[in-house]
Amino acid sequence: MALPKYTEPHYRIWHYIYLTICAAVFFFLIAPLFVIFPLSFNAEEFLSFSDGMKRLDPDAFSLRWYKDMIYGTKNPWGLAAKNSFIIAIFATIGSVLLGTVAALGLSSRHMPYKGLIMAVLISPMIVPLIISGVAIFFFMAKAGLAATHTGIVLAHIILGTPFVVITVTATLSGFDHSVTRAAASLGSDPVNTFMKITLPLILPGVISGGLFAFVTSFDEVVVVLFLAGLENTTIPIQMWTGLREQLSPTILAVATCLIILSTLILVTAELLRRRSERLRGINR
Amino acid sequence: MSSETKQILTTDGIPLEVSLKKAERKNKIKAFLLVAPLLLFLIITYVFPIGDMLFRSVDDKMVTQMLPKTFKAMETWDGQELPEEEVFAAFHEDFIKLVEDKREGKLSTQLNYTKNGFKSIIKKLRRASKKFEEGNYKEQIMAVHKRWADVEYWRAIQRRAPEFTGQKYLKGMDMYVNEEGKIVSVEEDRRIHRVLWLRTLEIAFFVTVFCFLMAYPIAHLLATLPMKYSNLLMICVLLPFWTSLLVRTASWMILLQQQGIVNDFFVGIGLVADDNRPEMMYNKTGSYVAMTQILLPFMVLPLYSVMKTISPSLMRAGKSLGGTPFVAFWKVYFPLTIPGIGAGCLLVFILAIGYYITPALVGGASGTLISNQIAFHMKSTLDWSFASAMGLMLLSGVLVIYWLYNKIVGIDNIKLG
Repeated sequence: MALPKYTEPHYRIWHYIYLTICAAVFFFLIAPLFVIFPLSFNAEEFLSFSDGMKRLDPDAFSLRWYKDMIYGTKNPWGLAAKNSFIIAIFATIGSVLLGTVAALGLSSRHMPYKGLIMAVLISPMIVPLIISGVAIFFFMAKAGLAATHTGIVLAHIILGTPFVVITVTATLSGFDHSVTRAAASLGSDPVNTFMKITLPLILPGVISGGLFAFVTSFDEVVVVLFLAGLENTTIPIQMWTGLREQLSPTILAVATCLIILSTLILVTAELLRRRSERLRGINR
Repeated sequence: MSSETKQILTTDGIPLEVSLKKAERKNKIKAFLLVAPLLLFLIITYVFPIGDMLFRSVDDKMVTQMLPKTFKAMETWDGQELPEEEVFAAFHEDFIKLVEDKREGKLSTQLNYTKNGFKSIIKKLRRASKKFEEGNYKEQIMAVHKRWADVEYWRAIQRRAPEFTGQKYLKGMDMYVNEEGKIVSVEEDRRIHRVLWLRTLEIAFFVTVFCFLMAYPIAHLLATLPMKYSNLLMICVLLPFWTSLLVRTASWMILLQQQGIVNDFFVGIGLVADDNRPEMMYNKTGSYVAMTQILLPFMVLPLYSVMKTISPSLMRAGKSLGGTPFVAFWKVYFPLTIPGIGAGCLLVFILAIGYYITPALVGGASGTLISNQIAFHMKSTLDWSFASAMGLMLLSGVLVIYWLYNKIVGIDNIKLG
């Protein structure tokens, strides 16, 4: 965004002020994440940079907290990680199945009461999480599913489906329905048409909706706090307990791993988004 | 020609109109069947439970069911003077049954909500009731404790007769029904909920404003930079967006603590003295800073997606027609971004108003919001009906905001992603 040569000085100054503001905001957004990296390698038990770290003394850095995370006595992270992944994977599968099928119906121009039904389907995303938490807890308690994996998976399906519905309906909005009609005229039955024609075309939307559902489940703490028993502890619950009681560097080691995971998810989501745009013929 | 021959028929002899309608209906059912599983699932696990919250928040059957005979006998009592013997006899009968079921403790807790002082006199009554003789229960009960001879306490019992009550909603507004049946506010120093509602609104409002002020310039930069630079900068927005909420809150806890990096920096540049480091966490400042950073991507993304569609030639046209860059921006560019501003502000405000985790961790006592109070009653006091009442008050607030938004901006004007 280079300025043209003829720009008057006071606009030039204003432009640099604008760029400085932008830089400051970007710094505000991203810098807090990078504080965690170096501190997780701290050899000491403090959560601030030791003098050794400031001098870049190799002895001031260690993998101590990563070892503690993996081998630590009575460490809850192993169980928590296992639970988190199991719950998130099942919740993602459930959300993707229910959400994709519903999005197919919603995108049909024959769908009656479209606005109302859409409002119900995405309501878990709109209603404040704490209220969803209370309502879902009441249901799970009545159904005898509180403090079970099944209950938490169902709760996360509720919270995850709106994302799948939204991303898949968005993908379907640019979908050329003549290709399915072509398939049908060539003798393909609806299931076959869906598997061979529709699904491959909307797959990027489905996967990115699935990623949203996965992250929602993996990060979710408000509803789980109501639902989980000791056996169903998840990574967010352990972090929540740890942050409330005492901030130990082990949490920072876990946080670093989570940042790496979210970077991977971000990269996947971005690649998918670009592929989807290419498939839909949106060129920029 | 007769009218029948005019009608167009399909190959199997059915009028085309009928045949089309049939096909249309079939398509409608097909589309609906696809949506049905998710719709049914959400109605059972989500929509009904929210209705259940409504029911719980006004449900007051517990006492009604514990003292059925008493309330029956009280129907003819005018509440002016002490009730007649038959009320006392009915109360005694109900009470003996409760003691048998070991439920008198629950009764005392419930009645204590209505009027303080029931706990001890019910305990005394339980002990004394074992030695009660038949007949003349009025005198015997009144002899147990002088409060049993106080008409105020009998009025308090009578107030619990209805099966439904709105008192939890009043409590959420720091109000209650007093002895004369009027709705009044609690004493000034006990008004905790009003403070929380106001603080929730205040924090949500300012977080939205801060997010808007910070997001607008960077969304503009992202939308106008060439692709290869803007993609790189977009990562700065998307990485926090995809990162766990707790990780981001943890990083703010490290940054804002008294021996933390922000304070170190302030001391380093001589802004504050080393022995006088300001508290930036466990108060409102902590909530503001952390929530603004966490919710910022939700403002940037809708703004960006709207700004991306605005052609740069519009600004050039504005300038070429004699507007200064500022006028061109204000008259041409800014109005075009209003759908994005609306979507971003609505999203951030509604997320902020229901925020729970971050205020609980960095907010301390003066930075907690209404959600924290709901969670507190769900998990600690177990007053679920009160938690439901406050949850529904919050929900209706959110719905009012949607309604207002729809009136002013129009919900169709929202653009997301």
